[in-house]
Amino acid sequence: MARFGPGNRVRVRTEHRPTHVRTPAFIMGHTGVVDRLHGSFPNPEQIAYGQDGLPRTPLYFVRFDAPRVWNGAPETDTLLIDLYEHWLEPADREGATA
Amino acid sequence: MSDAHGDHAHGNDEHGDHAHEPNGEHADGHADPHAPIVHDDAQDAWERRSAAIEALLVEKGILTHDEVRAAIDDFASRTPMLGARLVAKAWTDPAFKSRLLADAKAAAAEELGLDMGLPEIVALENSDSVHHLIVCTLCSCYPRMLLGPPPGWYKSLPYRSRAIVDPRGVMRELGLDVPPDVEVRVVDSTADMRYFVIPARPSGTESLSEAQLAALVTRDSMIGVARAREPIASTWHDSGCVRVA
Repeated sequence: MARFGPGNRVRVRTEHRPTHVRTPAFIMGHTGVVDRLHGSFPNPEQIAYGQDGLPRTPLYFVRFDAPRVWNGAPETDTLLIDLYEHWLEPADREGATA
Repeated sequence: MSDAHGDHAHGNDEHGDHAHEPNGEHADGHADPHAPIVHDDAQDAWERRSAAIEALLVEKGILTHDEVRAAIDDFASRTPMLGARLVAKAWTDPAFKSRLLADAKAAAAEELGLDMGLPEIVALENSDSVHHLIVCTLCSCYPRMLLGPPPGWYKSLPYRSRAIVDPRGVMRELGLDVPPDVEVRVVDSTADMRYFVIPARPSGTESLSEAQLAALVTRDSMIGVARAREPIASTWHDSGCVRVA
């Protein structure tokens, strides 16, 4: 079952592992909003090592405000990034401070 | 046109495309017709590795050379015209556009009659207020089943690293100035989804047929680094050849 839904605020975990990961380092630690749930997929971070990647992992399309990620980026602009559930933690409690 | 912006990125996964250099190709990309044909028989490490893997898979009975050839033929047969047909249909048929936005893989398979393969496909619509730009910062994920092989610049480290940080600057360098009041959404396809853009329909195209509209939809407009062609540009292009002759 997917833990998050559209509109939920989520923070990307900061975890530097010397392995195959599908979360770009530049977005770690940032807070975004779930745009949509894409579905659930075998975890590619396990498939890369010959495992079956099961159980399937929910994959989210997460929206970030560009100026919160990059200094000086236009206020109008956003980033949309595909992130697997195990990289996300709830950030709703912090609300506006993120 | 699009391959003019630096299609020679040999850094990342552009393996085995080095055969043109010994043939006297100039730096500006125009082959010298009088250069002797040189056969470079030496395989690089990537070619030797893939040949060895293929030989092992065939030997173990997991696949056949014919299956490999059929897969390569299918890859090579995909071109941006497939995506262009979907965009043109979406421009003229609101019900199809809804289906394309809701489930692009199913809508594409139905409209094109082609197997869309494993990755999921997502269509993102550009408008007067939103402009999408697609990048894969981690590698070079690309909707090959709809657009064919990606351009070299899409796979290059400069595009992958700069498009996410400074999308407006990158688009400006490629000739597209997105107005400041339009939201630029950079889409990083880091996982199982492959994205393509439905560019905004150019004005003055109300009377065009679906086939004429499809001719306005370029590969670059479906990546998001360009707008769809204006109909006047395509007319000029067609008559240009006549004038030269």
